[in-house]
Amino acid sequence: MQDFAALVDRLVYTRSRNGKLDRIADYLRSTADPDRGWALAALTGALSFAAVKSSTIRNLLMERVDPVLWNLSRDFVGDTAETASLLWPDPAYDVPPPPSLSEAVETLDRMTRASALSELPKLLDRLDPPGRYALLKLATGAMRIGISARLAKLAFAQAFDVRVEDVEEYWHGLAPPYEALFAWAADGAEPPDTGNMPLFRPFMLAHPLEDARVDLADYAAEWKWDGIRVQLVHAGGETRLYSRTGDDITGSFPEMAEALPFACVLDGELLVRGSHQGGEANERIQGGAASFNALQQRLGRKTVSKAMREQYPAFVRLYDALIVEDEDLRELPWEDRRRRLEALLPRLPQDRFDLSSTVEAADFEELTRIRASARDDAIEGLMLKRRDSPYVAGRRVGLWYKWKRDPLLVDCVLMYAQRGSGKRSSFYSDYTFGCWDGDPDQGAELLPVGKAYFGFTDEELKKIDHYVRQHTTNRFGPVRETDKSLVFEVAFDSVHESKRHKSGLAMRFPRIHRIRWDKPAEEADRIDALRALVRD
Amino acid sequence: MIADFAWIRPEPHGIHVVPADSWIDPSQPVERALVTHGHADHARGGHGQTVATPATLAIMDLRYQTKNGLPAEYGETIRLAGGVDVTYLPAGHVLGSAQILLEHAGERVIVTGDYKRRADPTCPPFLPTPCDIFITEATFGLPVFVHPPIAGEMAKLRTVLAENPDACVLVGAYALGKAQRVIAELRAHGHHDPIYLHGALEKMCRLYEDFGINLGELRLVSEAKKDDLRGHVVVCPPGALNDRWSRRLPDPITAMASGWMRVRQRARQRNVELPLIVSDHADWCELTDTIAEVNPHETWITHGREEALLRWCQLNQRRARALALVGYEDEDD
Repeated sequence: MQDFAALVDRLVYTRSRNGKLDRIADYLRSTADPDRGWALAALTGALSFAAVKSSTIRNLLMERVDPVLWNLSRDFVGDTAETASLLWPDPAYDVPPPPSLSEAVETLDRMTRASALSELPKLLDRLDPPGRYALLKLATGAMRIGISARLAKLAFAQAFDVRVEDVEEYWHGLAPPYEALFAWAADGAEPPDTGNMPLFRPFMLAHPLEDARVDLADYAAEWKWDGIRVQLVHAGGETRLYSRTGDDITGSFPEMAEALPFACVLDGELLVRGSHQGGEANERIQGGAASFNALQQRLGRKTVSKAMREQYPAFVRLYDALIVEDEDLRELPWEDRRRRLEALLPRLPQDRFDLSSTVEAADFEELTRIRASARDDAIEGLMLKRRDSPYVAGRRVGLWYKWKRDPLLVDCVLMYAQRGSGKRSSFYSDYTFGCWDGDPDQGAELLPVGKAYFGFTDEELKKIDHYVRQHTTNRFGPVRETDKSLVFEVAFDSVHESKRHKSGLAMRFPRIHRIRWDKPAEEADRIDALRALVRD
Repeated sequence: MIADFAWIRPEPHGIHVVPADSWIDPSQPVERALVTHGHADHARGGHGQTVATPATLAIMDLRYQTKNGLPAEYGETIRLAGGVDVTYLPAGHVLGSAQILLEHAGERVIVTGDYKRRADPTCPPFLPTPCDIFITEATFGLPVFVHPPIAGEMAKLRTVLAENPDACVLVGAYALGKAQRVIAELRAHGHHDPIYLHGALEKMCRLYEDFGINLGELRLVSEAKKDDLRGHVVVCPPGALNDRWSRRLPDPITAMASGWMRVRQRARQRNVELPLIVSDHADWCELTDTIAEVNPHETWITHGREEALLRWCQLNQRRARALALVGYEDEDD
């Protein structure tokens, strides 16, 4: 456990990507099975223990430390596990030596919610503060030390001098502690057999187009749909639905799993039937999709009722085909894959699948006009795909671009600020802002319309933080109410009716666009101006 | 029975000693200032008269060309107007740092300024002294702050140095106090190689030497060749850590000597690779133990995390109040 804790701390303090790779690779080479496999799983977020929640840790500490002092400490440190690791009292008895990582994992795995209250303290007693930190991070499955699954796989490939593509393929079919993966990479055993497993393949992603222009002879355009990008995989008689991050979301959309009848890997947008995006299904613009809000009703559910399936019927608008039956299409140009995808469509149930249609335009200028009209049709923007591009994992320059419509802007007044966590702990970095419900000179009030915590630079954050501290009128734990004198120009993609806010409105993707140090608060926008932008 | 103490009043920009019309560590220019130590948020220029220890006056002179200083030796009592006696007592914070004992009408008040209880080769240790009102700092006034023994932190630094003979270790340290303490502690722990300085630290180090603190061989980065720095310790003010200045160094490993390094995210915010938990302030245990040891009738808490220390006093049935003084910052301790 101490070796793992030392690795975690080294990763926390290592800035460069190469430095992180070296440190993980060193650890993987110098550590034996199964500890190194558990470490790899922990770093990539593949472990979770239902028995230990953040609230478990809080409750254990509340029994040992004054609750007020706990709250003040937690608020300052910005991280429950770290606060607990620092405040955990040293045991007053002779403790056994620290557990190995595998012992810790096995103990955590055996715990229930009830037994955690007596078992977790015994583990914590055997560790020093860095050990406790690593254990608690491990137990709650929230390492958050800037190690993506991709980085861990690269480190694995570097440690044993194998191809990262092979690591990615084999990895997904295996469970921690990945002994077969280590046996292959470190000891030269046969690679794990994954041919018949419904594995996730990394997505191909797009760069923002920004101010660049492309030649439509080389690029095809498609609408950018506002749903969730998904990968459908059918292999070995089983279908899985994966999100962008490779999370398995099949359970929330059982109708999609039932709908795919043959072995393939397809890429598309998961949507709910409706008329919000582009209107009813039609010729001019391919419509027929509800807003993201509607899709949200279906997300994160472990079980889905029949009523839910009927009220929010899911379907996938297909973008691409990676594998069809036993043929890997990823090396083919986009145009060829597109033809294969079109040919595939008649074999798929029409109520569950359609094809993302291409947007035809004579030249870039015409495409620009078409994109400008996308706002009225409540469409997020356009995708531009190089006609000869193979399907490659990640974001490769020049192949795919996303060209979102310009954001909407509104001037809001900062009302509340909350301390951030992680890198921004101790800074007031999460802002709630509002618009006037009438004429401010006639006694109108501000009503909250949204919350944002990005869009500004670190320098600006420092200035806003200072401003918040100087203009505090009230404190509620980690939240400060301000004197409502600072104006933010807030950018957002769309605005919807919502019961969650008193203003009755909710923004999608709000971010701080500019800080209007110069603008008096009375001149900020009114709720009516924002409501006029609703396209529900 | 707690006396009235109307003669000493906390105001937003300092503690006012009313009969003597003097201010302790005022954040604005005043007629007479009683200054605990030389850090910029406590010692400001522009006062009519400044009462401070000789070392603090020398430090202020270096920074502001302070005029009309009245030196107060440790333990020496000075009678001010209005029948107020002041005595400067060692605070163990930095060179010249003092607690100020105020006596008036049979009542005793101590203002600690900043202090610590750990041994420090650059200044005499904090002297616990009985009093009625104990006005304490609370910079590290949260129970998460427990500063580890300095020997372990120096060993960490020397290990990294030995493991990276082709790099240098760049230590960010507050220009007054921390920088000199880190150097003196390194010497005490057997590091006798030359230590390289950012130019902004030179004068303060020389001043420490003038006051008899031996810092060993010091050299300036500006006079060294890049390759000379490999395998050596370089000390700079915290602001220079991620500055253009540090680009001239050979593969620097960024370290910072500060009590804040106890919290991982604080170190990450500074892009620190080697956090060294070295503080010139009292940690939580020192703050609470000192209150218990001095055992005043009442504790007033000034700058820092007042709420938690106030809570501790309540839990331990001690009378306490938090003062809302402005202008003190969480310095780069």
